[in-house]
Amino acid sequence: MKWIKKGAGILIAVLALSFATFLAFQVLPGDPAMVRLGTNATPEALEALREEMGLNDGLLVRYGRWIGGAIRGDFGESMKYRRPVSALLWQVLPNTLLLAGLSILMILVIAFPLGLLYARFPGSPVDRAGAVVNQTAMAVPAFFLGLLISVVLGLWLRVFTPGAFVSYDRGLGACLSYLVFPAMAIAIPKAAMTVRFLRSSLLTERSKDYVRTARSKGLTENKVLMLHMLPNALPGVRTFIGVIVSEIIAGSIVVEQVFGVDGLGLLLVQSISNRDYNVVQAIVLYIGIVVLVVNSLMESE
Amino acid sequence: MKKVFACFLLLAATMTALCACKGGTKPEENLEGGAVVVGITQDLDSLDPHKAVAAGTREVLYNIFEGLVKPDKDGKLVPAVAESYEISEDGTTYTFVLREGVKFHNGETVTAADVVYSLNRCAGRLETSDPEVQVVPAFSVISDIAASKNAAGKDVITVTLSSPNTELIGFFTSNIIPKNYADQAKAPIGTGPFKFVSYKPMVELVMERFDDYYGQKAHLAKVTFSISESSDAAFLQLQAGSIDIFPYLTVDQAEQLEGKFTIEVGDMSLVQGLFLNNAVKPFDDVRVRKAMNYAIDKKELLTMLNGGYGTAIGSGMYATFGLYYDATLENAYPHDEAKAKELLAEAGYANGFTFTVKVPSNYVYHVQTAEVLANQLKKVGITMKIELIEWASWLSDVYKAHNCEATIIGLDSQLAPSDILKYYIGGSAKNFMNYKSDAFDAAYTKATATADTTKKVELYHELQKYLSDDAASVFLQSPSLMVAVNPKLAGYTFYPVYVQDMASVYFKD
Repeated sequence: MKWIKKGAGILIAVLALSFATFLAFQVLPGDPAMVRLGTNATPEALEALREEMGLNDGLLVRYGRWIGGAIRGDFGESMKYRRPVSALLWQVLPNTLLLAGLSILMILVIAFPLGLLYARFPGSPVDRAGAVVNQTAMAVPAFFLGLLISVVLGLWLRVFTPGAFVSYDRGLGACLSYLVFPAMAIAIPKAAMTVRFLRSSLLTERSKDYVRTARSKGLTENKVLMLHMLPNALPGVRTFIGVIVSEIIAGSIVVEQVFGVDGLGLLLVQSISNRDYNVVQAIVLYIGIVVLVVNSLMESE
Repeated sequence: MKKVFACFLLLAATMTALCACKGGTKPEENLEGGAVVVGITQDLDSLDPHKAVAAGTREVLYNIFEGLVKPDKDGKLVPAVAESYEISEDGTTYTFVLREGVKFHNGETVTAADVVYSLNRCAGRLETSDPEVQVVPAFSVISDIAASKNAAGKDVITVTLSSPNTELIGFFTSNIIPKNYADQAKAPIGTGPFKFVSYKPMVELVMERFDDYYGQKAHLAKVTFSISESSDAAFLQLQAGSIDIFPYLTVDQAEQLEGKFTIEVGDMSLVQGLFLNNAVKPFDDVRVRKAMNYAIDKKELLTMLNGGYGTAIGSGMYATFGLYYDATLENAYPHDEAKAKELLAEAGYANGFTFTVKVPSNYVYHVQTAEVLANQLKKVGITMKIELIEWASWLSDVYKAHNCEATIIGLDSQLAPSDILKYYIGGSAKNFMNYKSDAFDAAYTKATATADTTKKVELYHELQKYLSDDAASVFLQSPSLMVAVNPKLAGYTFYPVYVQDMASVYFKD
């Protein structure tokens, strides 16, 4: 029952979101038919193409037609590429998902050991040095980190070739080994945030009564941390990570651009400037669903 | 050119020497084959050459498609799918004799029917017209396209015009495609030196050498046009070695690449201008427009943007047009701030004024130009505010609705002088600066219909003079094009039209 309620909530939110996107494009200047035909377009050709693309119908008619198709899984045709939107999405989505998966893995691998370490020895030199590193890592924007990684690891040390991205369908291994670097750019700031959040939630637990009881039972400090404090701090951390995960799966637009990863973010940015409504609508819908679903899954009960 | 030739000689000499030692290998073999990656920064807008709009698409498709004629590196039109052509004295009939045995990439021979179909499609004369096909506006004068055989049994295409136009030949570069082939936009088929292999949106287009090409065959076996989302990303790839040729370097980038890449410098063949809306205040006053011209220092602009390369222009044409181009106008408005201020005072703007220039944000070059110009105008008291707009907005707002005070853009052209001047015809939809001159319009009509070259040259000089005298806009320059080429490659050639010809490129050793 609870899940049905949640599902209905998500559905309503997604509908509202897609309608808002639809409206936003009415306000933006620019005509997709004009973008397609360019400077030599005659008024007759423009009119014919607008008619063919269905742009001459009223707003509600177009929205109705779009949502009708979307429910059946048909997102229409890209106005720029003249091929099905779903084909375009399938070409880029796996890249974005692989990047997201790698980033999330990195965040978890970095954040948990460090968070636990700092919380185990609060105020120690390790903790204090860690705080400085953490603060710096959090403050660096992902795109800047991306440029830094490209220049240092790519151009100076030649560990990888910036821009020479290989799409998943042309070699999964090559694709993943390239994605490690953009994943670093995404993971480092987010891991730093997670470390800080984990450390502070653990420390809040530290002063609680049950911890004192556990200690008085003679448990070692390590056991208290792992068996008592961590399980109690986890629900909050889980919600926090949920937000991060949905942010990452929704697409790391800027990092994808810096590293030239042919992912969802890149397609979204280009489709907006091409006024490729159908593609934008489909991507916004996808992002909306991901954010809503992941958040409701991760929410503490 | 001399340099390239010298390289050839040197190369030939070394080859011969090498062969003498090894005894046996043919020297040409070393020149053939290999794969090259060319970086481009604009995705292709269609693979169907008749639907492609962007210059960035046409420069790629040039390798796959050809017209009846095609431009050579000097801007002359040379026969391609046609083996010869003739224009009647009165400028109303164009006759093309087709080359025999030209093959499409699917192995079929080009027929007269394919040519007639292609021309009809470009002229918008097919029965069922596809709204996406870019109809060539100049072809509207065509009244008939017919195929026949001449005495020697060769196919002849005769194009008849309803009114004389002696410059239409420049538009017969329109590409020849197979008749009624439905998949042109997915798996394009043409007659060019390279054939299409694959295309992935936002990623790349791959082509291979076409071995049945009738003319000089390409050297490279495979060319990949790799699409980068920005010039910066492409520059990284270039430095990292995953791109061999990159055609749009900035001066700074070119400097950084020195020693690692061969930097070739050519001309973009564009009229870059600060185009002023002649219909709005204060630009409706010719004195203000002249003041703008005097206020701008083109020499400084060229230094700052191109490191001194590029050609300053004084009217709406560039030097590629040879005889038709009037070079004397280049210095019609020498940089003179005092004169600019004087003219402004006369027009009632002694304290200057403020206006907004709309610049398409995807063209970094035009944005940089705007920044330099804003500084120069400041010195005579004019404040130019820069408003960056998306390309889609530029098309609908500036180009279609003529809704701007000023804009910066580059205008390109077919190899016909009437094509580059078409923007200034009074009342034309393309006249986004709302320039109005009855004298210009009358001379334009005359010029396109005149067959006599001397008379024609005179008329085109007259047209350029009107634009300059009326200070229709601030005509800036034909920008230079800086191309990074992998030092292992040779043969990169510039054309007076915007293309990347890969057929002439080869590996040195």
